[in-house]
Amino acid sequence: MIEIILTKYNYWIFIVLMMTGFYAVMAKENLIKKVIGLNIFQTAVFLFYISLSKVDGGTAPILISGPVVYDNPLPQVLILTAIVVSVSVTAVALAIILLIYKAYGTIEEDQILEMNKHND
Amino acid sequence: MIKHLPVLLIVVPLLSALIIPVAGRINRVLSWYIATIATGICFVISLLLLQTVLKEGSISYWLGGWKPPMGIEYVIDYLSIFVVIIVTFIAFMVSIYSRKSIELEIDEGKAPVFYAVYLLFITGLMGIVVTGDIFNLYVFLEITSIAGYALIAIGKKRQALMASFKYVVMGTIGATFILLGIGYLYLMTGTLNMAELTQMLPQLYHTNAVLTAFALFAVGVSLKIALFPLHTWLPNAYAYAPSAVSAAMAATATKVGAYVLIRILFTIFGVSFITFGDINLAHIFLFFSVIAILAGSILAVSQTDIKKMLAYSSVGQIGYVVLGISLLSVTGLIGSMVHLLNHALMKGGLFLVVGAVVYKTGVTNIDGFKGLGKKMPISMAAFTIGALSMIGVPLTVGFVSKWYLAVASLEVGMWWLLPVILVSSLLTAVYFWRVIDNIYFKTGEEEPDHGHGHGHHEVKRDDAPAWMLVPTVTVSVLCIVFGILAYAPVALAEKAAVILLR
Repeated sequence: MIEIILTKYNYWIFIVLMMTGFYAVMAKENLIKKVIGLNIFQTAVFLFYISLSKVDGGTAPILISGPVVYDNPLPQVLILTAIVVSVSVTAVALAIILLIYKAYGTIEEDQILEMNKHND
Repeated sequence: MIKHLPVLLIVVPLLSALIIPVAGRINRVLSWYIATIATGICFVISLLLLQTVLKEGSISYWLGGWKPPMGIEYVIDYLSIFVVIIVTFIAFMVSIYSRKSIELEIDEGKAPVFYAVYLLFITGLMGIVVTGDIFNLYVFLEITSIAGYALIAIGKKRQALMASFKYVVMGTIGATFILLGIGYLYLMTGTLNMAELTQMLPQLYHTNAVLTAFALFAVGVSLKIALFPLHTWLPNAYAYAPSAVSAAMAATATKVGAYVLIRILFTIFGVSFITFGDINLAHIFLFFSVIAILAGSILAVSQTDIKKMLAYSSVGQIGYVVLGISLLSVTGLIGSMVHLLNHALMKGGLFLVVGAVVYKTGVTNIDGFKGLGKKMPISMAAFTIGALSMIGVPLTVGFVSKWYLAVASLEVGMWWLLPVILVSSLLTAVYFWRVIDNIYFKTGEEEPDHGHGHGHHEVKRDDAPAWMLVPTVTVSVLCIVFGILAYAPVALAEKAAVILLR
C-alpha cells in the first residue's frame, strides 16, 4: 500500500487536484473562483497525461545520435493542444464574467440568481 | 477535387469564419452573404459525399497524406453522412434565416462577429462527424462548444450571460471527462485511431481501465447531449440565446452529441463490450432515457415561456434518441437515427417560427401567441406542422421515429416502454395544445381596444419577412415529406445500424 502511494504519487496528486477543482466549481459562489476551479480540474487531467507518457530514465524526445531512452512524445503533444483548448475556455469564461459584472454589478452566483428571479 | 471533399467540409466554413470579420468591416451584409454561401457549399458537398458513400460504402481521407494511425484519418460512412447532411442542411437554412432575425436580436455591429462564430460552430460540428481520430474529436467538440458559449452569450437579455456561463462550466466538465476517457484508452492501447481502437479493445474488455474509460465517456457525452439529470444547462441556454441560435443548436448540437454517443458506444467499444460484464451497460442509458422522456415532457407542460417549453421538450426528445440507442437492436438504432433527422426538422422549424414571432411581436410567452393564426398564417401553419410532428401524428416525421422506437421495444421484449412513449406523446399534445389553442381559438389582447363591438374587423395580416419564411416553410414541409417518404432516411439509417451493431 505504502509502495503504491510512494511510487505512483503523481497519480494521487492528479486525483486530489481533480477533485479539488471539481469541488471549487460546484461549491464556490464567486464566478472567478469557479473558473479557477475549472482550471485546476483541467490541469489535473493534463498531469495524468504527462504522467503516463513518462518512461523510466527517459529524456526529452529530441533526436540525438546513439540509442537513447526517451519519453513518449505523443501525450505531451496532445496536452499542448488541450492546454490551448483550456486557455480558450478560460478566456471565454472570463469574457462572459466581465459582461455579467457589467450587467448585474456582481459576480456572486447567488445574488445574480436572486436578481434573475425578481426579473421573471 | 472530389477526393478532397471530406476536408473541404471543414476548410470552407473555417476559412470563411476568418474572412467574415474583415468583410464585415467593409459592409455588414457582406458577412451574411459569405456565411450563407459557405454553409450552402457545405450542404452541396455533403450531397456529393452522400452520392459517393452510397456507391462505395465509406470514404477514408488521410489528412495531409499521412497514413493512419500516424496521421489523422477522416472517415465518412453511412452514419457520418446521415448526420453531416442534417447539420449542413439546418446550418444553411438557419444562415438564410438569420439575415433578418439577427438584425433585431443582437446588438447592431455585432453581426459580423456573430456570423464568424456561427461558422466556427459549424466547423466544429463538421469536424466531430467526419473525424476518425478520437483526440481530434475532442478538439472539434471543444471548438463547437466554445463557439456555442459565445453564440448564447450574444443574446440581448442579461440572463443569456448567466445561461452561457453555466453552459461553459458544465460543458467544460463534460469535455474534460471525455479527455480523461481518451487518456485511459490511449494508456491501454497506444492508439487514438478509432478503427484501430475497435480492433484492439476486445482483448482488453476485462480490464478496469477500459471500464473506467467507458464510464468517463458516458458521463462526459451525457453532459454534452443534456441527458436528463445533466440537462440543467440546456433550458436557459436555449431560452435566452437569439432565436436563430436556439434553432441551430437545438437542431444540430445535440444531434452531433448523440452521434458521438453512437460512435463511442458502437464503433469504439462495440456491442460485445456493452453486454460483456455482469450488467448490461446499455440499461444505465435506458433507465436515464426513460426518466428523460417523462421528465422533459412534464417540465415542458409547466412552462409559460415558449422557448423554455421547446427547450424542455428537447430534453425529452434526447431521451427518445438515447432510448433507441440503448435497446441495442437494429430497429432501435434506426429509430434513434431517424429521430435525429426528424427532431432536427421539427424542433428546428418550431424555433424558427418562434424567432419569426419574436421578430414581429417581441414576445416569447405563450399568451403572446393569441390571435397570431390570423396575423401570421404561414408561420403558424409551420408551427402547427411542427407541433403535430412532435406529438407523433401519422404522416409526419414524428410518427415514423416513434413507430420504430415502439417496434424496437417490442422486439426486445420491453413492452413497458410503450406506455412511456404514449404518456410522453400525450403530454406533448397537452403542452402544444396550449399554444395551438392560443394561436387559432383566442383573439389578441389589443382587439377590445378598438371598440368595434363584436370584433368584426379584419386582423391585419402581417407575417414574417420572406427571408425568414422561406427556410421556416422549407423545414416544415420536409417534416411532412419525410413523414410520407420515410423510406429514404430509414434505408440509409438501416445500412448504418447494421454495420454499427455487427
